[in-house]
Amino acid sequence: MTDHQHSAEDLEKLLLKPAKPVGIVGYGAYVPRYRLPAKEVARIWGGNDEGLPIKEKAVAGLDEDVITMSIEAARNALKRACINPLDLRAVWVGSESHPYAVKPSSTIVAEAINASPNIQAGDWEFACKAGSEAMVAAIAMVGAGMGEYALAIGMDTAQGKPGDALEYTASSGGAAFILGPAQVSLATIEATYSYVTDTPDFWRRAHAVYPEHGQRFTGEPAYFQHITSAATTIMKAAGYKPQDFKYAIFHQPNTKFPQRVAKELGFSPEQISTGLLSPVIGNTYAGAALIGLTAVLDIAEPGDKILMTSYGSGAGSDAFIINVQPPILDRQAKALKTQDYIARRTEIDYATYVRYRGEITIR
Amino acid sequence: MDHKEIEVVIIGIGQTAVGELWDLSLRDLAVQAVQAARKDSGGFKPNAVYVGNYLAASGSRQANLGALITEYAGLIGTEGVTVEAADASGGAAVRMAYTAVKSGMIDCAMAVGVEKYTDVLGSENDALIAQMLDADYEATEGLTPAAQAALLMNRYIYENQVPREALAGFPLVAHANGANNPFAMYKKAISRDVYLRAGMQYPPLNLFDVAPYADGAAAVIMTRKDLVPPGYPHALVKVSGSSLIVDRLALHDREDPLFFSAAGLSVQKACDQAGIQPSDVDFFEYADITSLHAILSLEAAGFSKRGEGWRLATDSTLTITGSLPVATMGGYKARGHALGASGVYQAVEAVLQLRHQAGLCQVPNAKLGMIQCLGGLAGTAVTHILERVDDY
Repeated sequence: MTDHQHSAEDLEKLLLKPAKPVGIVGYGAYVPRYRLPAKEVARIWGGNDEGLPIKEKAVAGLDEDVITMSIEAARNALKRACINPLDLRAVWVGSESHPYAVKPSSTIVAEAINASPNIQAGDWEFACKAGSEAMVAAIAMVGAGMGEYALAIGMDTAQGKPGDALEYTASSGGAAFILGPAQVSLATIEATYSYVTDTPDFWRRAHAVYPEHGQRFTGEPAYFQHITSAATTIMKAAGYKPQDFKYAIFHQPNTKFPQRVAKELGFSPEQISTGLLSPVIGNTYAGAALIGLTAVLDIAEPGDKILMTSYGSGAGSDAFIINVQPPILDRQAKALKTQDYIARRTEIDYATYVRYRGEITIR
Repeated sequence: MDHKEIEVVIIGIGQTAVGELWDLSLRDLAVQAVQAARKDSGGFKPNAVYVGNYLAASGSRQANLGALITEYAGLIGTEGVTVEAADASGGAAVRMAYTAVKSGMIDCAMAVGVEKYTDVLGSENDALIAQMLDADYEATEGLTPAAQAALLMNRYIYENQVPREALAGFPLVAHANGANNPFAMYKKAISRDVYLRAGMQYPPLNLFDVAPYADGAAAVIMTRKDLVPPGYPHALVKVSGSSLIVDRLALHDREDPLFFSAAGLSVQKACDQAGIQPSDVDFFEYADITSLHAILSLEAAGFSKRGEGWRLATDSTLTITGSLPVATMGGYKARGHALGASGVYQAVEAVLQLRHQAGLCQVPNAKLGMIQCLGGLAGTAVTHILERVDDY
């Protein structure tokens, strides 16, 4: 992993900027109501007295999956966007837990929100950054003038093998964003930048039920290297410093990683606290950075500048510079806020959890 | 020349950092250590290479390191072979290099220890590490070396009424010394409180009682003293005693599992050859694979009575300025346990001490050192006595 040296001009060319200005016209979150406390996982599996990675995680119910949860989040986004769903020209769902291996989640979501049939539809996969990758594509589509509006979703019902470290954090939830013309946006996209390498830190092979990971290899050479590179490059290329941002959101697989990467980059705990939801909902994978952004947009004010940096194993990071615009004030209350979903909480025990997640084989 | 007249000296040393070295392969690591050792020797070209390694054939799917490492080190056309004795492989390679030169058949021999532990992850690694146990009677029951050490530690604590917190001294000394070794995996001293708060890994052994397995490579070059050229830049270090002894492999076959008899015998033989008593040495690089290994090694060498070895860690005896410095560069615990390379690291570190090049880790005025490398629970024990030679 080499650090390439770029001149100021070359550096600016690395920024992704659409030909036509693009922004977020609507956003929506969804978190299922069930919560599994980390101490409940520790009660069953024991052995971990080194401290728990989060307080609790959100768990999808028996009748929920990536498709139903995407529909919930998309409906919230439509409420805030105040547009006709038929004006959407793309419905893209990023996830690593699509219910089908072959058959799109996105067509079902599109049909349910009355967006079909004049649309692009497709499912995206890039571990935890499938949702932000779909957002960049939506920005490109709108920015190129191919369509007025595009919907990008990051949503997961993440898998953690019983007894594995991931079981403490792998959770359910995510967010939807409608990208459209900057003039009617509640927040504009100033630029994005992506940093991607072949780094095999976490994977799930075809037909495997649970993912595997490289233990500590998922830290330094993976999460930290990619987020740091993406965030540093976008800030340098766009001419900003950490202090220029009111809020920052980093992919949140647990509590410590985003706190540490924020500190190393020079962000304060106050800048990240609003978007740091992993302690109370866990790691929503493709939804993790995106749902942090929805929590920030719920309370943001016009003029606020936001840095969001996702991370997907395999590996890559998408960084976004987002500027909040005046229309946000009218839109925030048009749908349930992210904190409303977090407050809507039913605690479950481990036995209920394994039933809801289909971990018990009855045959 | 009769082999009894041959004096074997270490004229080159090299090592890589120890740790989770994701960016370096098996051969990268070995070549770096070999090149460093050859440079340190002033350009000696070994005509025999003994590669100490434990896991490559199973973990990296790579056998015949004798050929591979020798080739990549640019030494094609020489003798090269792999030496395997579990985590005593490095010590065994040093022993092979020593016997080759001592026999008069080889003018210049090199021992390279290399381990690439992080090619494999999780439970697969546990299974590979357990290959050092008796496969039919121990590993097949799910035992691992660390779990076995924990069972013995329990027994030791029970029989000798040891307060568990008394074990703190072993990792405290190792980490205090490792903090000053630029090649160590953990360069941070720990406090007694940190030790006492650490999670239990293999009760009664906690996180700090068990050395971390790691990647790394180290190399030493040996030759006959009469072949050392004038103007050789370092103080000369002589190998004055060498012994490799094996015990019954399976623990249940041993009459007294709480005594490392192979370790005791190899100390005795190496010291006899060198004409010294263990108490004469200025430092002891022991194999602190776990705190249990540390205790039983001290008892086997005769530094304490049976059942009393743990007491040595309760005062300043084992510190750099104490009467018996151990783990002077961090030991297995803080330098990191690079399995088949650890025995060669010990030789490199002892040479640094005897040349007085050990920096902040320096044992004052070190002239005589003992290094001991163990395979598993001392199924194999390799002991060397190294001596500074000022008149040559």
